[in-house]
Amino acid sequence: MLQAIAFYLLAAGVIGAALGVVSARNPVHSVLFLITAFFSAAGLFVMMGAEFLAMLLVVVYVGAVAVLFLFVVMMLDVDFAALRQGFARYLPLGGLVGIWLTIEMVFVSASVARDGAAGKVAGGPQAASGDVTNIETIGRVLYTDYIYFFQAAGMVLLVAMIGAIVLTLKHRQGVKRQNIADQVARTPAKGMRIVGIKSGEGIEA
Amino acid sequence: MDWTTGLGWFLFHLGQILLVIVPLLVALAFFMWGDRKVWAGVQMRKGPNVVGPFGLLQSFADLFKFVIKEIVVPAGADKFVFLLAPLITFALALVGWAVVPMGPGWVIANINVGILYLFAISSLGVYGIIMGGWASNSKYPFLGSLRSAAQMVSYEVSIGFVIITVILLSGTMNLQGIVEKQAGGFWNWNVLGGGGGPQHLIATVIMVPMMVVFFISALAETNRPPFDLPEAESELVAGYQVEYSSSPFLLFMIGELANIILMCAMISILFFGGWHAPWPEDYLKGWNPTLASLHGLVMLWGKITLWFIMFALVKAIVPRYRYDQLMRLGWKVFLPTSGIAVALVAGLRVYGIIG
Repeated sequence: MLQAIAFYLLAAGVIGAALGVVSARNPVHSVLFLITAFFSAAGLFVMMGAEFLAMLLVVVYVGAVAVLFLFVVMMLDVDFAALRQGFARYLPLGGLVGIWLTIEMVFVSASVARDGAAGKVAGGPQAASGDVTNIETIGRVLYTDYIYFFQAAGMVLLVAMIGAIVLTLKHRQGVKRQNIADQVARTPAKGMRIVGIKSGEGIEA
Repeated sequence: MDWTTGLGWFLFHLGQILLVIVPLLVALAFFMWGDRKVWAGVQMRKGPNVVGPFGLLQSFADLFKFVIKEIVVPAGADKFVFLLAPLITFALALVGWAVVPMGPGWVIANINVGILYLFAISSLGVYGIIMGGWASNSKYPFLGSLRSAAQMVSYEVSIGFVIITVILLSGTMNLQGIVEKQAGGFWNWNVLGGGGGPQHLIATVIMVPMMVVFFISALAETNRPPFDLPEAESELVAGYQVEYSSSPFLLFMIGELANIILMCAMISILFFGGWHAPWPEDYLKGWNPTLASLHGLVMLWGKITLWFIMFALVKAIVPRYRYDQLMRLGWKVFLPTSGIAVALVAGLRVYGIIG
């Protein structure tokens, strides 16, 4: 009973928020709706017993990716009239993608309805068992069967990170930068000069 | 009343939640008072001393003052988001307490991924600030919220790495499990490497700096001085809080304070044995379970109070960081240090040098 109430609340939250993402007039509101959708989806994951995935969804998507979205969208100066002009032009392509996704969803739902979520394929996904936590289960599969894919994903991310740094790093000349090691290593001998000044004469620089 | 039905379960948990939140909110009032007293003491002032004995009721006087004032919403503000932001800060600060173990078995939700949950909730705290700054439709709050977003996202990374070292030492993400691993005296605490023989001294050398990294990152994550750049009054008036007044401002303030106490609780649980006493607890065996849990509760809150005094002292003593220094500390010092520590602890575990 409580489970059903929670499920329908969360599912309604996901769908309502998703509708809000595409229908909100203000892009910042769209991003906030997107965050609500992520959060409700995390709740659905918890209900399915996939608490690790739920937490990852919150930490990675809500806690980091969506913050950057929000960051970018808030700083953009969006011209709403210009945005709406392209609507008719992009409608055929957008509609095609929408129909394609709908067909996929129908196929997936139909196969789940027929075979159950775990499927009947050998080596397919397994249902969670009570005695092992799903972090352990994921860890065992990820670091044994899929270790090369895991490493490959890590390499792709590393290359992407280095690429981002290379593209944005600029060494501008004439900018004063603080070198903390230099400051800390400074001694009285290096930092000052004691000069004996005779009366009536200046100091030579 | 039958507690096994849906309604009974709901009421039972509602009661548990109130049992945690209501004393917590009352305690926050006194933590606020303590914060101001420590700050005053360092500056050789008296601090709040008028309302009630020793000024103890000052926070309640402030509360009523906030509540009965007018809520001003700026004309150009996005009204819904403007009022939602403090609510989010406040709610998120309280939600995290659901998984904090207060004593043996005394926890609302004993979930397997408790530590990840706390990490996730603390990373969501940035939304209240960034939404509040944007919705105010004003330059100073917006700059403050952008600073805050960059700062919190940066320090979250090193907090995550430090948490991983603790998970590697304990072998579990369950907070109860992490606390139970540290039983039997302060030499078994994670800050000293988790105990279990002289070879753990290697882990001690790694974990003590990790505790320091966590503490400093916690200061940055909660926007406490010396990292209170989002509300740096000499540059941004009051940062993201400029346009807030009355109850919304109060919610921001309580939310921030509850987050700070939550961070203190996290340090106590992850590194300092949670509800375990610093000495062997064999004498507890003959005790009534409720009394033993109460003993744990006192220990945990003692540690939290101690860490809160540290937070207050840092606020009083350390001058504010400049923004580029803050970013340098987070990305160039803490991130590599904690990353190397994760690799070292993982290596120690894999090659069986420690437990």
